[in-house]
Amino acid sequence: MRLTASNLACRRGGRDVFADVSFSNGSGEILAIRGRNGAGKSSLLRMVVGLVRIAHGRLALEGGDPELTIGEQAHYLGHQDAFKPSLSVRENLQFWAEFLGGGAADLREPLAAVGLDPLADLPAAYLSAGQRRRLSIARLIAVKRPIWLLDEPVNALDAAAQESLTAFMRAHLAGGGLILAATHGPIRLPPVREVWLDQAPSPQAAGEEP
Amino acid sequence: MTALAAILVRDMRIAVRVGGGALMGVLFFLVVAAMVPFAVGPDLALLKRIGPAILWLAALLASLLALDRLFAADHEDGSLDLILMGHAPLELVVAVKGVAHWLTTGLPLVVAAPIIGLFLNLDAPAEAALALTLLAGTPALTFIGLIGAAIAVTLRRGGLLLAVLVLPLTVPVLIFGVAAANAAVSGPVPFGTPFTILCALTLASLVVGPFAAAAALRQEME
Amino acid sequence: MPVIDFANPSRFLNVANRAIPWFGGAAVLAFAFGLNQAVVAPDDYQQGATVKIMFLHVPGAWLGMLGWAVMTVAALGTLVWRHPLADVTAKAAAPIGAAFTLMCLVTGSLWGRPMWGTYWVWDARLTSVLVLFLLYLGVIAVWRTVEDPSRAARAAAILTIVGALDLPIIKFSVDWWNTLHQPASVFRAGGPTIHPTILMPLLIMTVAFTLLFVTLLLAAMRNEILRRRVRTLRLMQASAAA
Repeated sequence: MRLTASNLACRRGGRDVFADVSFSNGSGEILAIRGRNGAGKSSLLRMVVGLVRIAHGRLALEGGDPELTIGEQAHYLGHQDAFKPSLSVRENLQFWAEFLGGGAADLREPLAAVGLDPLADLPAAYLSAGQRRRLSIARLIAVKRPIWLLDEPVNALDAAAQESLTAFMRAHLAGGGLILAATHGPIRLPPVREVWLDQAPSPQAAGEEP
Repeated sequence: MTALAAILVRDMRIAVRVGGGALMGVLFFLVVAAMVPFAVGPDLALLKRIGPAILWLAALLASLLALDRLFAADHEDGSLDLILMGHAPLELVVAVKGVAHWLTTGLPLVVAAPIIGLFLNLDAPAEAALALTLLAGTPALTFIGLIGAAIAVTLRRGGLLLAVLVLPLTVPVLIFGVAAANAAVSGPVPFGTPFTILCALTLASLVVGPFAAAAALRQEME
Repeated sequence: MPVIDFANPSRFLNVANRAIPWFGGAAVLAFAFGLNQAVVAPDDYQQGATVKIMFLHVPGAWLGMLGWAVMTVAALGTLVWRHPLADVTAKAAAPIGAAFTLMCLVTGSLWGRPMWGTYWVWDARLTSVLVLFLLYLGVIAVWRTVEDPSRAARAAAILTIVGALDLPIIKFSVDWWNTLHQPASVFRAGGPTIHPTILMPLLIMTVAFTLLFVTLLLAAMRNEILRRRVRTLRLMQASAAA
């Protein structure tokens, strides 16, 4: 599977957010989207998913299901956690597993993997920010989709949870999935390519870890 | 459970658990209907004549209230993004949300209306006709309201805009609903004539509403 | 034991657990006696047996108003003294008072139909009791809608105190306005105008319903305290598993 973008441009609110962005990402590869705040990292991810209109350029997926759009074969982990406070943790996850299709019938495994199974029947309103993030990550594990689009994924996660997430990402890549991640920090998973949205790449070459 | 059934169950659970539950709409309905005798005076004969109209207006306003958060809540917490990434077509998702709204807001109004009709001195044939017209017409109010709710989704205080957009569109439903309710009690026109037109309006709204609302949502998302 | 000791919820739970069976038992006995007296009482020469709806209707009215009075005192407790049990009392009393008011409205409506020819009329007494019922529903809605219990308590308290204005209106409505509802027959300046054979069952049934009210109120307060403890435990559980 390979996701290829050629000369993508984005216009929002009448201004050009970015232009001439190209990248190529294949199975087992992770692409880091870099740029200062406001450069359009979130917009690029949302454009790949189909939530933002492509002003110019092309986006193509080879090797996926030709009947489905890219968004229907992808997971999007955005800034918001998409959970309902009045439903329990389990009910929230169960809804997404059923709605996004092909969801795990047994939710104990994804909930246990993110460490939320003792809280499974608690109303989601009681969760802290970190726990809510982990509930969103459980969604990525419960429903199998080949493409992961992660927007600042380690926000609100403590060190242990960040380790967990890295392990999940490693497993996803090993299974032939691909990941696009918008992040400021380093990504401890080789091989990493980078695409910069507003400036030339830093002297540190793409793929090297500090 | 299929994707659409999951949306229906989720929306109904939320409607019942949040904001006073499904009975808040009925409470509003009751309060508005109770206000009218204070405004027009306690003349029972007058109340009997305008009773069906009052109850239809109150049902319209009560339906409108719960529409405000229908899409806005999903938009604000990021659920709408993920819904667009599901396999189910957005039009069907919107239609199912409309069904959930009607079951938790419209249907309780239909059940409550005959009881509130007692306060307005309606007699049995008028009550029966009123309940039947509300049963046929409240789905139209919901599904037309979907359009306004979708257009107003990104606005903070979208409630007023929603009302301004939706109320004119519901005028035909209101006209034929009240006409049918009155026709059963008085007047030369048989009940069936306005009632079948009311049913036709509802059926049309079941189709037009979801398509228009889905289109509006897609526009707003960009 | 001074009354102030009951301010402690745990101590209140102990007292309530012991008191509820007694009040409940007393209510059952009073109902048994009262219903017996009600059945035995003579029929009215005009209305026949329907006059006996009074034994449900009048206690319903008094307890509906008593419920709001209890809530008003509790509201003052919340706003002025910040008494810990005040919130609980106010929240517990609302549905009970609403139910009694509804009983008053429904029995009155059924009584009025054969007498006045209509289920409802918009006269001062009926309208002000209906307003009381709507106020009850409004307060219950506030309790259910506002998430945080202490904010809900303060909002409900303000609404309760404002709504207390309705109580004197209900009481004096039959005097101030020309109403279809009959004038006061028990609590009036010259003493009751009802014949003792009807008055006695009425008073006994009122006592019975009041004992029922107290029983239900104590049980509801106990439930509310336990509910809040569950909520606290859940919050602790969530933060412990972080």
